[in-house]
Amino acid sequence: MIEWLERQLPKIVLAPSFFAVLVFVYGFIVWTGWVSLTRSRLLPKYDIVGTIQYDRLFVSPRWDTAMFNLAVFGALFIIISMLLGLLLAILLDQRIRTEGVIRTIYLYPMALSMIVTGTAWKWILNPGLGIEAMVKGWGFENFSFRWLVDPDMAIYTVVIAGVWQASGFVMALFLAGLRSVDEEIIKAAQIDGIPTWRIYSAIIIPSMAPIFLSAFIVLAHLAIKAFDLVIALTGGGPGYSTDLPATYMYAMAFSRGDIGQAAASAMVMMLVVFAIVVPYLYSELRAKND
Amino acid sequence: MKFTTYIKASVVASFLVSGAAIAGPEAEVLHWWTSGGEAKSVAVLQQEFADNGGTWTDMPVAGGGGDAAMTALRARVLSGNAPTAVQLKGPAIQEWYEEGVLADISAVAEAQNWAGLLPASIAGHMMCEGTWCAAPVNVHRIDWIWANASVLEANGITMPTTWDEFNAAADKLAAAGITPLAHGGQAWQDATVFEAVALGIGGADFFRKAFVELDEATLTSDTMVAVFDQMRKMRGYVDDNFSGRDWNLATAMVMNGEAGFQIMGDWAKGEFLAAGKVPGEDFLCQSTPGDGFLYNVDSFAMFAVDGDDKQAGQALLAELIMGQNFQKVFNLNKGSIPARIDVSLDEFDICAHISSADMAASNEGGSLLPSYAHGMALRGAQSGAITDVVTAHFNSDMSSADAVAQLAAAVKNSM
Repeated sequence: MIEWLERQLPKIVLAPSFFAVLVFVYGFIVWTGWVSLTRSRLLPKYDIVGTIQYDRLFVSPRWDTAMFNLAVFGALFIIISMLLGLLLAILLDQRIRTEGVIRTIYLYPMALSMIVTGTAWKWILNPGLGIEAMVKGWGFENFSFRWLVDPDMAIYTVVIAGVWQASGFVMALFLAGLRSVDEEIIKAAQIDGIPTWRIYSAIIIPSMAPIFLSAFIVLAHLAIKAFDLVIALTGGGPGYSTDLPATYMYAMAFSRGDIGQAAASAMVMMLVVFAIVVPYLYSELRAKND
Repeated sequence: MKFTTYIKASVVASFLVSGAAIAGPEAEVLHWWTSGGEAKSVAVLQQEFADNGGTWTDMPVAGGGGDAAMTALRARVLSGNAPTAVQLKGPAIQEWYEEGVLADISAVAEAQNWAGLLPASIAGHMMCEGTWCAAPVNVHRIDWIWANASVLEANGITMPTTWDEFNAAADKLAAAGITPLAHGGQAWQDATVFEAVALGIGGADFFRKAFVELDEATLTSDTMVAVFDQMRKMRGYVDDNFSGRDWNLATAMVMNGEAGFQIMGDWAKGEFLAAGKVPGEDFLCQSTPGDGFLYNVDSFAMFAVDGDDKQAGQALLAELIMGQNFQKVFNLNKGSIPARIDVSLDEFDICAHISSADMAASNEGGSLLPSYAHGMALRGAQSGAITDVVTAHFNSDMSSADAVAQLAAAVKNSM
């Protein structure tokens, strides 16, 4: 009996969380998928009417803006955070004296909530309060930096704030990666008289591929769930020019009583996530089987 | 023998006790009036309810201009445990009625003769297929234009009565280095200005056809193009920093003389009064150019609940909400005017008098209209679709013709 219990114990311990995930993740995905095929308005209804909600979604200019913004924000946020994080890590890796202090300073933004980041940058980027007003105050009357209030540029301010918050964290990841590279190889290269930049580009960085993957996964999920940052920084504005799919879904579900439409947008968001995660899972699983 | 008597007595006693419990009216009230003047206003109702022997369970849900409260309401209704009364307004009342969860308070309404006490179009919002299902607490007017009296005087400007006059005044202010229009770039504020412009340029029939009936020919008419043309002009009259600004900061700009005008509902008056400004002297209030009256009526919808105590609470609440005293005290706190037309306005200020007189006049003339921007005219999906186009146009260089085309498409897509 005890032996049987011992063998079954892992399954018994895991069962509640397995069950919870089954219901609260997969169960509700199915539920959302169902609702997205109905004409639900204020309250969910369950009579399937076909793909009308998706038809509405794909002709909505606001949804186009939201998807375009997700692409712009996601790509720039991930690429710039990684490049900046890598650069900072390499600079910090030069055995400088106050490394501990500097590392902490760069890492601190990650400890802030996105709401705080968004609000602070809202003030910094506001033309009448922040950078523009300051530089004008120094006497450069023609200076203009008003991306925050320009509908075409506002999404880039979200990128700025996001990068500010995340790049320190990426730096810490990369720094750990740099430190884990075998000292012997680097010393051998130095003895051979290879210049430092070549050591980094040909030896150290290629050996950090797993770190790049981790950083990418962390940043990608930050990008897709970036909802609070937009709400605090621009409120989706000017107009709806900085809407993201998540803010679109929120508006439909909670402000407009259009649950069917919100469910359809949530399903499309999930497919976007799948498009990123499935190749990753596939490569992981294949690597294990090999 | 004695024992059975004891049992009989205790059974009778327990009936008496539970009978006493039923006698006390009970109400659980869901609302989102949680800030300063609003909280004070709702406390008035709470006090009156208690004075009449009722037990009030307060359920304030702050945040998101009512979004959070609506989410809470949805959860409560889905779990079969609806609150007694909920702060709801406009077509949302009928939307909830269609879900089959509202109660009928016609008995109270007919006893108090609500039909005779409310303007007809406002009474219409309180009725669900012929029965009364909600009680109105106030009338906010949306199409107000507020101005700084000394700024106008210094620049030789009088309050505009047509949009051309407004444009001329605004150009004058701009030339003098003053921001003509204090505005906050949030979608609902863009929509507020838009509907005031639409009412002024198109008139009451145009407004009703476009934003109540969603008539496609009206939505794509030349008048609508002219409305968007004026909106493009308005965009030129706001300062560069307007994006995301809250409405009360815009009001402060008018107060400080940084800006000349603001177009905003009469809650802006509360900001002026709180700063110690005197209407008619420090700041001026007038309806935006054009005829008509756009209203935003807050109300409490009564949900179907079980239990005599709760239903008694509902009846008492409805009676008190429409009571003269509550309508007066509440609206003095909130800056709006009573929904009841027979409340004495002696203690109200000059702006409220204008509002009340205009409401009576426009009720006669058929130009008493629901505000689309504040969710009185249309359901959420449709008004949201219109606001999307309005705010996209206002915040970009979209042409008026494109905006009109998008407007018609967006309205169709939102059905």
